Amino acid sequence: MSASWPLWEVFVRGKRGLNHVHVGSLHAPDAEMAVRNARDVYTRRNEGVSVWVVPAEAITASSPDEKDPFFAPSGDKVYRHPTFYAISEDVPHL
Amino acid sequence: MSEDLESRFEAAVRSESRIEPRDWMPDGYRKTLIRQIAQHAHSEIIGMQPEGNWISRAPSLRRKAVLLAKVQDEAGHGLYLYSAAETLGAERGDLTEKLIAGRQKYSSIFNYPTLTFADVGVIGWLVDGAAICNQVPLCRTSYGPYARAMIRVCKEESFHQRQGYELLATMMSGTPAQREMVQDAVNRWWWPALMMFGPPDSESSNTERSMAWRIKRNTNDELRQKFVDMSVPQAERLGVTFPDPELRWNPERGHHDFGTPDWDEFWRVVQGDGPCNAQRVAHRRAAHEDGAWVREAATAHAAKRARRAGREAVA
Amino acid sequence: MNVYDGLTAGDSGDAHWAFGTGFTEPLAGIDRDVPSGVDRADLTAYALMLGDDALVASQLLAAWTSRAPELEEDVALANIALDLLGQARLLLTRAGEVEGRGRDEDALAHLRAEHEFRNVHLAEIDCGPSRMGPSAPGRDFAATTARLLVFSSWKLALFARLRDSADPVLAAVAAKAVKELTYHRDHAARWTVRLGDGTDESHRRMRAGIERVWPFVDELFTAHPVETRLAAAGVAVDPAELRSEVDGVLDEVFAAAGLERPAPVPVATVAGRAGRDGVHTEAMGFLLAEMQHLHRSLPGAVW
Repeated sequence: MSASWPLWEVFVRGKRGLNHVHVGSLHAPDAEMAVRNARDVYTRRNEGVSVWVVPAEAITASSPDEKDPFFAPSGDKVYRHPTFYAISEDVPHL
Repeated sequence: MSEDLESRFEAAVRSESRIEPRDWMPDGYRKTLIRQIAQHAHSEIIGMQPEGNWISRAPSLRRKAVLLAKVQDEAGHGLYLYSAAETLGAERGDLTEKLIAGRQKYSSIFNYPTLTFADVGVIGWLVDGAAICNQVPLCRTSYGPYARAMIRVCKEESFHQRQGYELLATMMSGTPAQREMVQDAVNRWWWPALMMFGPPDSESSNTERSMAWRIKRNTNDELRQKFVDMSVPQAERLGVTFPDPELRWNPERGHHDFGTPDWDEFWRVVQGDGPCNAQRVAHRRAAHEDGAWVREAATAHAAKRARRAGREAVA
Repeated sequence: MNVYDGLTAGDSGDAHWAFGTGFTEPLAGIDRDVPSGVDRADLTAYALMLGDDALVASQLLAAWTSRAPELEEDVALANIALDLLGQARLLLTRAGEVEGRGRDEDALAHLRAEHEFRNVHLAEIDCGPSRMGPSAPGRDFAATTARLLVFSSWKLALFARLRDSADPVLAAVAAKAVKELTYHRDHAARWTVRLGDGTDESHRRMRAGIERVWPFVDELFTAHPVETRLAAAGVAVDPAELRSEVDGVLDEVFAAAGLERPAPVPVATVAGRAGRDGVHTEAMGFLLAEMQHLHRSLPGAVW
């Protein structure tokens, strides 16, 4: 239980010319393993891709709990534990 | 103030806006979501076992590669989903403890055994197919991280389903023994697949509130009907039949009529007495407990390295 | 649009699979003729040696699926197993093609008898995981790590040289594999350091893991006559040449992990014969029984 590895947030540059985008999180004991696991889990081995990992606890959110304006434009907001970004292409729907 | 927050929350859900991790949300919403996402994540992880069972015996190297990649994807899906649950304040380690202590559930379908290689194909076609029916609406669920995880999962699941169907189509073009194997697997998995949508709406306790919260988007019976309607023509093209004498097209309803699953069996499996419940949980527990010394070692090494780096920095 | 759209469509977007499931031909455009002057039987045997190493190593590594110490590691080990399986498929296909008797990768993997397999013993010994319950030292994640470290360090040294093989197919496979093996070695080396330096228990288990695989190390550097002949023809690599490079890599990792290289204690051969000659350990029969039984049970089936 106590040996649970810390949480890391993962950011991927999909291709050159684009920003790193938050894609999710994972657990790893250290940064080296976090970046390697991120490659395995989130980049599907695309060559030329760049990955950042950041300890989740190192991220400071711009708006504290409960004072977060509910309908504020929040596209660039950073959360303490954010996950995933929407993939728009060919999602199957009913 | 809390009334104000609550009405804003309700309005956001009603207007199909997304709830994000730091937004205020009712406790019941948070708890229900954690339970649902955890159960979903556990299903992916436990779901690795019935198919993983066949990796070492896959009849061709291509099928071995596809199966290994598929089961690996399921580990990835579990990981995405645990990650979504963690945005709500849950911890993966804690959720895993609950799973192996039998305090949280996973999809009952994985408590059935995989007895032949055709089961790999039928799991892809029917089980992943039913899962997709369940999951696609969740791509629009009200909680942002869950919806985004589901988009990723659904995208990959559609390929899982296709590999299953393609395996079955290939086997149906093979020897009589292979065709029998496929029909036998369909016979064993059809009713459990229908049960994946949960009990009839009349007996489902959580449906109404979950629908209001947009955590759930369709009722169990709606999804089950949709699945049957989709599967029948697929089966015809494959050349297999479903083991249901009541299954027929009803032109008045514009849907297929079908028989009633054995809900007694369903509840027995849910309550822990399925053919493989004990085995699946024991397998997961063994892996988790057997890995404890490895996880501890990696943590200890990281701490030692951090201390050494600190000393060097001071020196 | 419904969720079944595309289910039966013809285009199979292989890019959507997680990792190299090998639908596409990775060696497109490579000249597949056997170079003149190269003995076909020798080249067949050599491709089988390399292919069997990868196939058997992959088979055992894949057994970790759903049993790894953490989900992230489950994904990583499956990834390595898939890389090795991909290498095996290319090499067995090459063996079948050079042999010219119409055997494809599946006939070679599933229909050969044990004595026709030419992999080294290191690939086939049991290094864990336990199928249920606690893994004993020498049959655990540390032993698997030790095997992967030795295996990938050796293979990397070998394939780095094999990129210059006179056989264009082997050269192309080696070029592809070098990138993969670099990652495998890195993965194993980092775990060796973590476990060696981690806790008392992990140190003890890592040491037991290295001791588990060490008797099988000498065989890696012992040339079979096929290797010697093909090395002279510029097709193969003489494994004896690799020893000092591999020792250097292992010593570096062991030093970082606080571990010592065990004294050499090679197991004796059987009348001078070992894995490359088709003489295996007792574990091999069970491995093949599991891997081959379904394929053999349904002759004429299509998969």
